[in-house]
Amino acid sequence: MDQLFNRKYTVQGLFIIVALILLGKLFYIQIVSDKYFLSAESNVLRKIYKYPARGAILDRNMKVIVQNEPVYDLMVIPNEVKPFDTLALAKALDITIEDVRKNLRKARGKSSYQSTPFLKQISVQSYARLQEIMYRFPGFRTQDRTVRHYPDSVAGQLFGYVREVSDDDIEKSDGYYKPGDYKGKSGLERSYEEVLRGERGVINTVYDARNTPQGSYADGKYDINAVSGERLISGIDIQVQKLGEELMKNKVGAIVAIEPSSGEILALVSSPGYDPNLLVGRDQGNNYMDLIGNPYRPSLVRPIQGYYPPGSSFKPIDALIGLQDGVIDPNTTFFCPGYYMAGNHKVKCEHVDGSISMRKGIARSCNTYFCNVFQKLITKNGMKNQRQTYQEWRDKIAKFGFGSKLEVDIPFERKGYFYNADHYDKIYGKRWGYTTVISQAIGQGEITATPLQIANAMAIIANRGYYIKPHLIKAMGDKNLIKKDYVAKNYVGVDAKHFEPVIDGMQDCVNSPWGTATLSRIPDIILCGKTGTVQNPHGKNHSVFIGFAPRDNPKIAIAVIVENAGYGSTYAAPIASYMVEKYIKRNVSGSRASQVEWMKNQNLLPALIDKAKKMKLTKADSLIIKKTDSLKRLKDSLKIKSANLKTSSVAKPNMLKAPDLSAVKTEIQKQ
Amino acid sequence: MQQQGNRFFFNVDWITVLIYLALCSVGFINIFASVPPEQSAVFSFNALYGKQLIYVITGLILGLSILLFDGRLFNVFSPFIYGGTLVLLMAVLVIGNKVAGNQAWIAIGSFKLQPAEFAKFGTALLLARYVGSFNPKFRDFKSIAIAALIVGAPLLLIMLQPDTGSALVFLAFMFPLYREGLSGYFLLIFLGMIVLFIADFLVPTYILISIIALIAGLFIYNNQRKQKIIFSTILVTVLAIGYLFLIKVAYEKVLAPHQRSRIELMLGLKTDNKGAGYNVIQSQIAIGSGQATGRGFLQGTQTKYGYVPEQSTDFIFSTIGEEWGFAGCSVVIGLYIFLLLRLINLAERQRSTFSRVYGYSVACILFFHVFINIGMTIGIIPVIGIPLPLISYGGSSLWSFTILLFIFLKLDSNRMGFI
Repeated sequence: MDQLFNRKYTVQGLFIIVALILLGKLFYIQIVSDKYFLSAESNVLRKIYKYPARGAILDRNMKVIVQNEPVYDLMVIPNEVKPFDTLALAKALDITIEDVRKNLRKARGKSSYQSTPFLKQISVQSYARLQEIMYRFPGFRTQDRTVRHYPDSVAGQLFGYVREVSDDDIEKSDGYYKPGDYKGKSGLERSYEEVLRGERGVINTVYDARNTPQGSYADGKYDINAVSGERLISGIDIQVQKLGEELMKNKVGAIVAIEPSSGEILALVSSPGYDPNLLVGRDQGNNYMDLIGNPYRPSLVRPIQGYYPPGSSFKPIDALIGLQDGVIDPNTTFFCPGYYMAGNHKVKCEHVDGSISMRKGIARSCNTYFCNVFQKLITKNGMKNQRQTYQEWRDKIAKFGFGSKLEVDIPFERKGYFYNADHYDKIYGKRWGYTTVISQAIGQGEITATPLQIANAMAIIANRGYYIKPHLIKAMGDKNLIKKDYVAKNYVGVDAKHFEPVIDGMQDCVNSPWGTATLSRIPDIILCGKTGTVQNPHGKNHSVFIGFAPRDNPKIAIAVIVENAGYGSTYAAPIASYMVEKYIKRNVSGSRASQVEWMKNQNLLPALIDKAKKMKLTKADSLIIKKTDSLKRLKDSLKIKSANLKTSSVAKPNMLKAPDLSAVKTEIQKQ
Repeated sequence: MQQQGNRFFFNVDWITVLIYLALCSVGFINIFASVPPEQSAVFSFNALYGKQLIYVITGLILGLSILLFDGRLFNVFSPFIYGGTLVLLMAVLVIGNKVAGNQAWIAIGSFKLQPAEFAKFGTALLLARYVGSFNPKFRDFKSIAIAALIVGAPLLLIMLQPDTGSALVFLAFMFPLYREGLSGYFLLIFLGMIVLFIADFLVPTYILISIIALIAGLFIYNNQRKQKIIFSTILVTVLAIGYLFLIKVAYEKVLAPHQRSRIELMLGLKTDNKGAGYNVIQSQIAIGSGQATGRGFLQGTQTKYGYVPEQSTDFIFSTIGEEWGFAGCSVVIGLYIFLLLRLINLAERQRSTFSRVYGYSVACILFFHVFINIGMTIGIIPVIGIPLPLISYGGSSLWSFTILLFIFLKLDSNRMGFI
């Protein structure tokens, strides 16, 4: 019996062991793991997000250039939907019954008990129609939010665009973005995303297992109000920007205008451009594909991404370095027989001037003069040290901002090409000298720069020796903050006194009878400048003008590039002069006003189609695609084009996309 | 003897009664918390907690009146009580109401009776009487067969309803039999069968067979001289391997699909948060969200907003877990363990074998219920629909546990006597 009595302990022991197993598992799910706690929260909590309005952007005269417009997303909680009149809903929304069914299926696929978008960005009209009959559609609800509106319909590339975040964005944002959030994807919208976006608000509602709302969670303790984004003040003068875009209509090229004293960008024109409003709303996707597919590549931001040889506009810098290094003085003359011989290579000059001074050399853009200066610069330490001297020269020029990014405040800036000595070592070994790289004297050859770099060089001359990094936004938020970088002066290492003789030449270029841009003289304003006719191995020369005005206390520095347009004096210089006049006087006056209209109507788009080779772009420099991905994109777009154009054997420039875009613009303006 | 008033309640183990009341209160409080907030705003006897209060009060009256009986009656009448419950079990198969696929209820007016609940004490009484009268040591086939018959008859009838959960509880009778002399091997074999059953799902069969063969080989190697052991080892090995294959077949052919999926869910072989796994997942979420100290009385969101189905009945433990946390769960489990250990101790102090066997039966039936029910709510046992004793909502269950327990308390209070 004793032995059996002991079995009591076996039974009691079993009870205790089992109790410990239960407690062990309870300890795990209640105390160790927080997975269950979190699941419980997500069971009962539904978050309704309140989307903030993005910050507005003002121009330098405090005119609103980027603002918000209310739109409404129609949301649906599929589980709460009861059978409804699909036809009535379809009618109110201007969509088909099939669309209604399809969207509902899609929403159900995403989540059947969470609020899911049914139709995004419905029009104000649809919204008004819908409000009256909303009660007939249980489970549906409208959510108001704002989208961008750009009242002036210009500067698409500059502002960039805003789009709903992708899965990738969400993943990379470390939990900041949630599906449905908007995010700036390019331009200012992208680079100032963190300032503009504001803070999302949230309302927590408790739901029971039957998905019926049971009121706010914890008395709204965890609810957050949406905070609007902060406003930006830009340095852009929207009137000047607008004029620039009109002048560049049907032309390929870029204009950059900078206020030299502050580095604020006054206008940044990339042509062909597009209306930023095209990338807002429900047609965003289609319009985006159209832009990407357009062979003139309006999606390229030419002022910061287009590569152009600086051409003759490089000459004033040659002169400055020459003066600083003491190889010439303001009175140095060279003899110009109409060409310059660099070894066996002949550099042609457009004119035969005989003995020519620096002032006149600049005004008349004499190639011979600056090839001689370059020769002196590179050989000043003897023929044997040319490599070393070249490198020193190159570094001096680099201080003007060539060959590296200027860190402007919109994304995807490119740095241009400006090679170090070892680049030439690789090509020529040890045996190269000034004659090998002579084309750089006149801004040709291996050197390329973005229009922004070229305009910035002008700002340096206008400032007599320094620049402030060019930037588009001069003040952020209510406290008017600005990045430190955008107030610091960057000196280029040339003394102020050397600038005046060079500026004399630039003044003559526009204001003397022998200058190359005399036709672009502005009444009452001394515009100092320099034309450039950039030799373009791929096609017709580019027309370039750089300059600043007025001579004393300059208000604006400008660079204008019109691709395949020929002489700098024909297109680029007048365009620059109109821009300068518009900015300084607020209007282009007198007979020049009609010239403006004439200029606007010029169509200089390079022909797209070579009949024999089917489809081929003429190689305007900014249309040469270096990266393979963009090449592929272009090829794709060509395929689309070829399908469209199969019927017509030759496409005339005026049939192309750019005019279409402007037509759309005006239509939107009317609305 | 002289004092009439004291005679009935003399020697009653009041500590057990207190634990009984404590558990009933825990049940009432948590059933109250489990009903939707709008129903608990004004007290109503039509709400679940109102009915439960009636059940508790009537249960208590029932229990106390049992104490008024002469303890000997239970011994004498045990065959009739047992027979009566068997009749009820058969009747329920004919005239019973089908609820959720189980034909387990007999409706008497608005009251629903669940005979399976009452079969437990009927069986316990007869088994105690058998052991008490004949004092078998369960060393021979005959006594084991008789015990098996007593337990097996109601078990089989309940299986026919089919109510697998309630039927499983009858396995609890193995423990009192073990206490009275049944070989421990029966428990081991039973345990082995469960282990093999689970292992068969998690480990490929050929590996299992290799492991069994290896163990058998080592065992034989160590006992080379003892032919009898070698023989029985080989027999056990062959049976075990046969059992493995039997499981495969039985699993597919015998178990209903919902039972299969419950088992697979429990073993983590599949996940199904919306379908069959919903109950268990939601129950675990509710319990887990209680964390250390719980969200507080009436503050459980999962409870309040109806995320756990069957919350006031089989899944009442999830309410305790969510609102009272690990602390509350420990208290409840502690109360049960204290009750179970005390019942065993009480059983051991009985003079009569009848009372002891009955006491063991009560403790082990309670134990099975507690273990299976709580294990189910926290996902270590497949979903088996049996109530948590004294806490789950329901009259039949509460009364049958009350009767079960108070009969033992009556027997215990008479322990100094005869029987």
